[in-house]
Amino acid sequence: MIDLLFFGIFAAVAVLCAINVVVQRHPISSALSLVGVMASLAVLYLLLGGEFIAMAQIIVYAGAVMVLFIFVIMLLNAGLEVRRGRSWMATLFGAPALLGLLGVLACLLVRWFPDSPIIKFGDFPGGTTKEIGMALFTDYLLPFEVTSVLILIAILGAVVLARKELD
Amino acid sequence: MEFLIATSIKLGLIAFVLLTALAYIQWVERKVIAHVQVRMGPSRVGPHGLLQPLADVIKLITKEGVLPPHVNKVFYLAAPILAVFMALITISVIPFGTSVTALGHTTMMELADINVGVLVVLAVSSMGVYGIALAGWSSNNKYSLLGGLRSSAQMISYELPMSLAIAAPLLTAGSLSFRTITNAQAGYSLGVIPHWAIFAFPAPQIFSFIIFMIAAFAETNRIPFDLPEAENELVAGFHVEYSSMSFAAFFMAEYANMVTVCCVATLIFLGGWHPLWPAAYGSNFVAPLIFAGSGVICISHGINYVRPFDRITLPVFGVVFLGLAGIFLFPPLVPVLMPLFWFLAKVSFLLFVFIWIRATLPRFRYDQLMSFAWKFLFPVALVNLLLTGFLVALVS
Repeated sequence: MIDLLFFGIFAAVAVLCAINVVVQRHPISSALSLVGVMASLAVLYLLLGGEFIAMAQIIVYAGAVMVLFIFVIMLLNAGLEVRRGRSWMATLFGAPALLGLLGVLACLLVRWFPDSPIIKFGDFPGGTTKEIGMALFTDYLLPFEVTSVLILIAILGAVVLARKELD
Repeated sequence: MEFLIATSIKLGLIAFVLLTALAYIQWVERKVIAHVQVRMGPSRVGPHGLLQPLADVIKLITKEGVLPPHVNKVFYLAAPILAVFMALITISVIPFGTSVTALGHTTMMELADINVGVLVVLAVSSMGVYGIALAGWSSNNKYSLLGGLRSSAQMISYELPMSLAIAAPLLTAGSLSFRTITNAQAGYSLGVIPHWAIFAFPAPQIFSFIIFMIAAFAETNRIPFDLPEAENELVAGFHVEYSSMSFAAFFMAEYANMVTVCCVATLIFLGGWHPLWPAAYGSNFVAPLIFAGSGVICISHGINYVRPFDRITLPVFGVVFLGLAGIFLFPPLVPVLMPLFWFLAKVSFLLFVFIWIRATLPRFRYDQLMSFAWKFLFPVALVNLLLTGFLVALVS
């Protein structure tokens, strides 16, 4: 019961923050709303029993990635976003198209998983740190290593681009 | 219901002790630095300046809080709250000792034993940078902005060696829960050498400990890494525009972060509440001896007083200390008080090291700070982690 309450609160916070990311005109406000989304997602993972994922979500996304975002926004001193008028297509069809898309998604989900049981909170198997570590280094070793190499290539690329700027 | 009552009592107790300690750490810091520099330190308010923290708090509360016209109001007001909130919240996963049994109900000496406690501390401390970065940006002041930028860059950089340094002892303990990690460090090899992580058998974590402490100084913005508030370049860094309680909030956050970091270092590296040598060789008598000694010294100085008020204050302190020594000798309380004493003794020692270094070392230059983190500390932490992993795999 209390799980459901927390789910309701943090799901609502996540959605509101996500809307706020788009609505806000200042980049710092948008970035901070995104931090709110990340933190609420972490709480949702925690409710499902994925405590390691929840903490990794906060450490990596809220603590490192978004701090870098804000660092860059502060460094570039980005000002208020200038809004041009929306096109008549967007004002006319925007909201109906969004509702239609959500409706189609809900319809498909109900059709694909017609009688799936209600997810019980804290029931997620394999959420502990040990199980995730075992899975990463046995079943998913190749994808894990390939991802690491991919990130390494991205870092090298960033360094190369930055050095070119210096010369 | 029992759980709720026990938790509320613990919550109140921890909040009271922590907030009082934060005020008095500042008094200790001023006194220690004063004595290092051959000065007296605070000595006017109350005996030996002991009421100075109270006077400071009253002064900061009653001061006018200025809201500068050029700031971004929402973030300007939110930043100190964010900083102090993130700094205070981590204490909830720190265990202070073994269990307490009162009125037939047993409870652990901590607020929450989470099985990812170490990660919670890392996560919350990585969120703490928002307070400082936002304070710097929202003040709309070039010095503040530079301070905020420096702090975010510094905190991101030093988080990596810090996490890597914590990861190495976790390999030997095999858990992320503070209580399990600390309990894994119980016992003594050869009868005297404790199983603390810094002395652990396959891979002594002394290098991890040093790396962790260096990174901790940077994470808490303490000298020699207090670049975000370098007075001689940035006036006061990120809190130039703050006054009154919002200014005090940043100081509270800094001291709370210091306490948390010292608690974490004690729990992970220094064996938490396990004494330095076994109880069989009398480690239980350290606390009463220290307190009795302090009491006797106080009373003897009170009898041969130099300043007139010492005639009254020092004997009072002496009697208090002797009473404490008596409490520590009271057998039913020993299993509760001894772990608490050893834990607090180690934390206080680390806090003293923080103050000692502040009184000793000059500040780094900004480029030195960055190249030290990325070119020295980070590679050393990586090698240390690899070696530890290798040794642990070799032994098990």
